[in-house]
Amino acid sequence: MYPITPGVSNLAEGVDKTFMILFAISLFFLIGITIVMLWFVYKYHKKRHPVPSKSKGNNTLEVIWIVFPTIIVLILFYYGWIGFKPMRDVPEGAREVKVIGYMWDWDFEYENGKRSKDLYLAKDEPVKLNMVSLDVIHSLYIPAFRVKEDVVPGQTNFMWFIPSQVGQYEVLCAEYCGLRHSFMDAKAYVMEPEEFQSWLADFDPEETEHKGLIIVRNNACTGCHSLDGSKLVGSTFKGLYNADRNVTEDGKQITVKADDEYLLESIYEPNRKLVEGYPANVMQSYRKIITDEDVMHIIDWLKSEEMR
Amino acid sequence: MAKLDTPALEQSFLNNHGKNPIRAWLFSTDHKRIGILYLLSIGFFFLVGGLLGGLMRIELIAPGETIMDPQTYNGVFTVHGLIMIFLVVIPGLSAVFGNFFLPILIGARDVAFPKLNLLSWWLYIFGAILAISSQFLGSGAPDTGWTFYAPYSTETGSNVVLAVFSAFVLGFSSILTGLNFIVTVHRMRAPGMTWFKMPLFPWSLYATAWIQVLATPIVGVTFLMIVAERLFQIGFFDPSLGGDPLLYQHLFWIYSHPAVYIMILPAMGVVTEIIPTFAKKHIFGYKAIALSSLAIAAVGYFVWGHHMYTAGMSGTARWFFSFLTFIVAVPSAIKVFNWVATMHKGSITVRTPFLYTLAFIFLFMIGGLTGLWLGALATNVHLHDTAFVVAHFHYIIFGGMGFAFFAGLHYWYPKMFGKMYDEKLANVAFVIIFIGFNLLYFPLFIIGMQGMPRRYADYLPEYTGGHFWSTMGAIVLITGALLMIYNLIIRTRKKGTPAEMNPWGGKSLEWTLESPPKEHNFDEIPTITENPYNY
Ligand SMILES: [Cu+2]
Ligand SMILES: [Cu+2]
Repeated sequence: MYPITPGVSNLAEGVDKTFMILFAISLFFLIGITIVMLWFVYKYHKKRHPVPSKSKGNNTLEVIWIVFPTIIVLILFYYGWIGFKPMRDVPEGAREVKVIGYMWDWDFEYENGKRSKDLYLAKDEPVKLNMVSLDVIHSLYIPAFRVKEDVVPGQTNFMWFIPSQVGQYEVLCAEYCGLRHSFMDAKAYVMEPEEFQSWLADFDPEETEHKGLIIVRNNACTGCHSLDGSKLVGSTFKGLYNADRNVTEDGKQITVKADDEYLLESIYEPNRKLVEGYPANVMQSYRKIITDEDVMHIIDWLKSEEMR
Repeated sequence: MAKLDTPALEQSFLNNHGKNPIRAWLFSTDHKRIGILYLLSIGFFFLVGGLLGGLMRIELIAPGETIMDPQTYNGVFTVHGLIMIFLVVIPGLSAVFGNFFLPILIGARDVAFPKLNLLSWWLYIFGAILAISSQFLGSGAPDTGWTFYAPYSTETGSNVVLAVFSAFVLGFSSILTGLNFIVTVHRMRAPGMTWFKMPLFPWSLYATAWIQVLATPIVGVTFLMIVAERLFQIGFFDPSLGGDPLLYQHLFWIYSHPAVYIMILPAMGVVTEIIPTFAKKHIFGYKAIALSSLAIAAVGYFVWGHHMYTAGMSGTARWFFSFLTFIVAVPSAIKVFNWVATMHKGSITVRTPFLYTLAFIFLFMIGGLTGLWLGALATNVHLHDTAFVVAHFHYIIFGGMGFAFFAGLHYWYPKMFGKMYDEKLANVAFVIIFIGFNLLYFPLFIIGMQGMPRRYADYLPEYTGGHFWSTMGAIVLITGALLMIYNLIIRTRKKGTPAEMNPWGGKSLEWTLESPPKEHNFDEIPTITENPYNY
């Protein structure tokens, strides 16, 4: 009868209990009132009850059905509030993870500098997510943990929880954020604490990333342009440098080489030479956002061995 | 329009008296003709919006791309919302039945400002043209959702400016209608009709009108701020320009929560007229129903934050808005109890309008009770922005406002057009619509609880079952709606029988007039001695 499996975090109990109470009370009123209504329609049908009563109301009844529902809704409010309260009280010592949401992907950054596309968690350890957005509003939603909080540009929102069962869970974006909103997902992996520790330590802070890659990632370019050759909203960065591009310029089909000049123009005026098979106006100009110098780093990176 | 083949029709407001029919309709200041203009235009947009909804359901019948790519889907759900909210349900009952019956029910010959009334309709049409052209002009159909959340709406490349401007113009139409009704109710009541002798549909229109006048300007200004931000880079909402995205949400919901009451209060008013007529009994708790409309209108202003529990408001704001949200549920419950109590010891006949009314009460209860699930803080965190919300508001807006509209349409149709429809066929259409509606929306509650977010062009395979049945429901619902329209328009035109003055045995003033009424409604303005529910 109950449509969802129990939640697997410390916060789920309060939420699921509120669900049960709401479910019981809603069912009681819905079925009760519907039966009474249909019973009246049957019993006081003209055939069975030709002369209607002259009653115009009853003040005692009015008072009862003002006071009684008021008490019920106050009880429901109370349970909703009690189930919610712990969501805002973060325990001391919770592990902090920075969450970066952008169109249309998530990055999770741990205190030691390790970055990941998925959320790795230790079972029974409290974790606090500090969430920022690089562009529009997103909302981090993990149904199995019963947690959701919007990720709003210009402010840092937080959520916290303690995962209580080892397993793999869906992380979704719940606030509509454009073209690939429904594909903006990740996984949450809950592991035994020892296993998590070794995952976290498996990381070389000395390993330096190309400056161009860092710029590309910080500007959320990778939400639309993949690094591995797969086609997203925009074309992939893999093997892009010096490749032949079939583009439309001023309504004419031409073929150009993706050289330095072309790449610079495509970042600053993305809709001028539009590559075949990709929609117009999805990408906006980055002229005010990425400096000339940074564009040079990006082009340098595209030329590098890893991206050829 | 119906053919003028009976003496009653000959003398009625439907007769153009030899004038050019297009001029006689499009520039008429007769409240009844304006009501019918609204009925036709709203009916048209309801079909367009419904068709778009059907296309969305077909896309979602299975995971993966079925008939449209994600960008098209995002455009379709935006324009579906835009049309349904601003062109159908906000004007909805007050523009159609309010215009036609408010003056008649209070014993007046027209509204207070007939020319302003015509201007409202023209603004509505102008706004509609802008909304439709936003789909085809400029840089692509808007893809923001009808909520236009910033900063997405201030950054997206699609044609947002025209879309929000259309909503701005439609807002003016709504404000002018509200203003007109407030003055009409204050100044035009027949001699002897005190406030508490006024029928309850006018009461609900009066409460609605205050919301229209007081809340709509806020959203109008908010939409202009979006335009200013897009065109002149003035940073109201976008943090990269120094703005605050939550400011947008506050301003938007300060209007858009009360807007739900603009939609539902007149619906409550309509069923409050229908129940006593078919129960042949005085409405139970007249004053409680009248005052609960005002209570809803008043408290409804202070609950908007329940749309923003997860947006990053302070903990205090979250529980405060939740608390008031629960309080505003009480006046709606009072109405339900009074409606059911009116049936107690009545002498009931079950006709088509009454069937729709019973369905309204049932569906409205589901919508209202699931609203408590969303109002409670703990469960809201899980349900917010999921299919559960979609199901909830379709139960309120379609199951509530929509079914009340169908109830009102079948109730007043003989009065408006002077013809009686085929009631058997109307009942068959009702059953199909009722089944289709529940099949369409109920599964969305379940997949929403399981974590299916809303506004998703694609989804994980575990939600396939719910989506499949929902799409089946959409097909059933559309079939039923088409049958209803066939019955009311095509069949009645050919085979409808002339309507009596008072086919249901009602006591309110419209049933003292011919079917359809004369152009000036009353030959002599009646004097009122009691409220219209004394059976
Ligand atoms: Cu997102
Ligand atoms: Cu609301």
